[in-house]
Amino acid sequence: MTVFTVFFIIFLLTLLVITALAIVQTKNLFAAAMLSGIFSLLSAMVFFLLDAADVALTEAAVGAGISTVLFLGALALTAEHERAGTAGRLAALGVVTVIAALLVYATFDMPRLGDPNAPAQLHVAPWYLEKTPEYIDVPNVVTAVLASFRGYDTLGETFVVFTAGIGVLFLLGKAPVGQPKVSPAMTFAGKAGLRHYQIPRVVGRLLIPFILLFALYVQFHGDFSPGGGFQAGVIVAASVVLYALLEGEEQARLALPAGLLKLMIAAGPLLYGLTGVACMLLGGNFLDYSALAHDPVHGQHYGILIIEAGVGITVTGVLISIFHSFAARGAK
Amino acid sequence: MSSEAYHLAVLQVVVPLLSAPLIILLRPRGLAWAAATAASAMAFAVAVMLTAGVLSGIEYRYAVGGWPAPYGIEIRVDALTSVALLVVSGASLLALFAGRRSLDGDIDEARQPLFYGAWMLALAGLCGIVVSADAFNIFVFMEVSSLASYVLIAAGPNRRALAATFKYLVMGTIGATFYLIGVGLIYMMTGTLNLADMAQRISEVADQRPILAAGGFIIVGLALKAAVLPLHAWLPNAYTYAPHIVTVFLAACATKVQIYVMLRFDFLVFQGNLTDHDLQFSRFLMPLALLAIVLASGVAMMERNLKRLLAYSSVAQIGYIMLGTSLLSAAGLSAGIIHIFNHALAKGALFLAVAGLGMHYQGLRLDQLAGAAKRMPWTMAAFVLAGLSLIGLPGTAGFVSKWLLISAALAEGSLGIVLVAVVLLGSLMAVVYVWRVVEAAYFRAPQQAVADQREAPPMLLAATWAAVLANIYFGLQPGLPVQLSQAAAASLLQSLP
Repeated sequence: MTVFTVFFIIFLLTLLVITALAIVQTKNLFAAAMLSGIFSLLSAMVFFLLDAADVALTEAAVGAGISTVLFLGALALTAEHERAGTAGRLAALGVVTVIAALLVYATFDMPRLGDPNAPAQLHVAPWYLEKTPEYIDVPNVVTAVLASFRGYDTLGETFVVFTAGIGVLFLLGKAPVGQPKVSPAMTFAGKAGLRHYQIPRVVGRLLIPFILLFALYVQFHGDFSPGGGFQAGVIVAASVVLYALLEGEEQARLALPAGLLKLMIAAGPLLYGLTGVACMLLGGNFLDYSALAHDPVHGQHYGILIIEAGVGITVTGVLISIFHSFAARGAK
Repeated sequence: MSSEAYHLAVLQVVVPLLSAPLIILLRPRGLAWAAATAASAMAFAVAVMLTAGVLSGIEYRYAVGGWPAPYGIEIRVDALTSVALLVVSGASLLALFAGRRSLDGDIDEARQPLFYGAWMLALAGLCGIVVSADAFNIFVFMEVSSLASYVLIAAGPNRRALAATFKYLVMGTIGATFYLIGVGLIYMMTGTLNLADMAQRISEVADQRPILAAGGFIIVGLALKAAVLPLHAWLPNAYTYAPHIVTVFLAACATKVQIYVMLRFDFLVFQGNLTDHDLQFSRFLMPLALLAIVLASGVAMMERNLKRLLAYSSVAQIGYIMLGTSLLSAAGLSAGIIHIFNHALAKGALFLAVAGLGMHYQGLRLDQLAGAAKRMPWTMAAFVLAGLSLIGLPGTAGFVSKWLLISAALAEGSLGIVLVAVVLLGSLMAVVYVWRVVEAAYFRAPQQAVADQREAPPMLLAATWAAVLANIYFGLQPGLPVQLSQAAAASLLQSLP
């Protein structure tokens, strides 16, 4: 790391603290949602400077992209301004201060940033770096760890996304009672979308195929470069959200009907889990992709390809469904 | 062992996990419930087979993905694990079997597949936490089970369920985040996530600040999720406003699983390696446990709503479990662990009876229950017997754990006398709050004359009585839980110097 990089990281972290304080003190929820998007983007930049490109891509796509849109979707159903301040703010401040002090205390004996002799670099990490070419043979070691060595964690995380989707569909799936208020800042989910604004429409419609193409690249090139199912799913969902903004909610629903989305939400986790079961039936352990083909390395390739597809399908289906759930309530 | 037996440990998680996406696609009426119950029954069968294996001396160790620990994720099942698995899968099966009619009343038909899918995810998440031998993997399944539980609680018929869920969501997220911060700090200092490997590697850096901070974060985070007083604020309303059948399931096992993780983590990783950690653990938890027993029982004595009364009683019972474990002796630990099992039996039976009452009494306030014994004699009789088990009357399961707890406390010398006094005081308070319900149902004249008997649906009644009879059976024949809890305590203590 050059001195310049270190200074730049410190600069970004300072901005991060300022953004966090601004989020806490603002009473305007629209501003808070936007600031949290900025917060995520800053984090993503820091991750990238620390050479964690996969994490940076995920943070940028999820934190700065889709979650900001979902915040705004939720805002469209409530008011734009926070009402009376919540009670116990001082107590909360005290607790947060104590925890911050503890975390600072915990950093005193920690290994230096980028120290090659840090414990985290000496134990399992070298094994992953050394064995990945032999056992899995994909250039991106992060993908190897995520999809195979610790594939069971990723299965769990896929089901976390699935659970979130079920939760939103369950709670917001009912027809809303009465007329929800639509805040002036967020009429994005109107029936007509931005249909009367020619420039955004023309430019936006040009962008959508490229966004989808990039999503497919991120999905299938994840073994070689940063990316994978999570990021690709978010990018596909973002393109659908953009389409809904330009053409209106109704059009987006026609393109991807609710039944198909539900099928995607269920099919993704099933694809992942049943791959694991198939490995068991073929004589391996659960999620041991080596059993999928005669050559264990080929088996690993197939396994990673299938489960990444499962992750991508899950994330796409869940995020679009969540967006529709919010937007449908706002469009009245 | 045969190959089927070898895969059992992972099937405990895979069966409910994969049934969830299948269930949300089921359209026809009642099919989602049937599929969820069947999957629960399979999970329970797997838990029973695993327990039988553990009793015959097998320790299940399974490398997921075929990668050896610490490079891959390991699943382990031993005596302590099997106690927790029996409680989780048994509670889920009993609640689902009993709950069809009650849940039909709470959740409209169109949303039922989603609800039962979320139930399966909660079950799979809890099982996944319990069998995992990997610190980060525990966190992943914690997320699955927590999110799914929020959905289940939010399904409650009263609008206040949403506010209760939101409070639980914020608190639960803070607890899980604390746990994750701790795991991250430990990973930074040891470079491993596998618990057994962590226990070996942490000894070299045990006195360093990140590890000390990690210990604090992990214990406090898990205590928050386990509703150890004063971190229990989320629990009463979450239990009160959830659908009655969901309360049966969660009250029997959700907090217990967090206690399980705390025990597993603390004894395996911290106790043997950190200087004076045993004293700190004991001094931190014992006062909180005593406070929980006295204060929460006191609140339960004043409470007017039947479900909230039992929820506060749960906070008190968590105090008993914590009191046993804070003694750090084999006897104390096994008393705490057996109370995880016995309290699940007693509370499960009580909340099943409450679900029966809830079919005919909307608000479940004590003053509305007048004449309930005439109207629902079998349900109320079950409530009384389960209440006796909660109090700890001889001949019930509750007595076994109280007895073991008192004898473990007496071994501690003069401090033990104080502890025993608090345990007995707590039992007396339990007599008071159970009696208040009995008095309301049996001895108060109803507002209008109730002539007809309207019992709970037969399946609900059958499940309630099955739970009550289990309380009595394990009170008279406590051999199996005692054996399991003693083996569990021994395995927890074997990692200590």
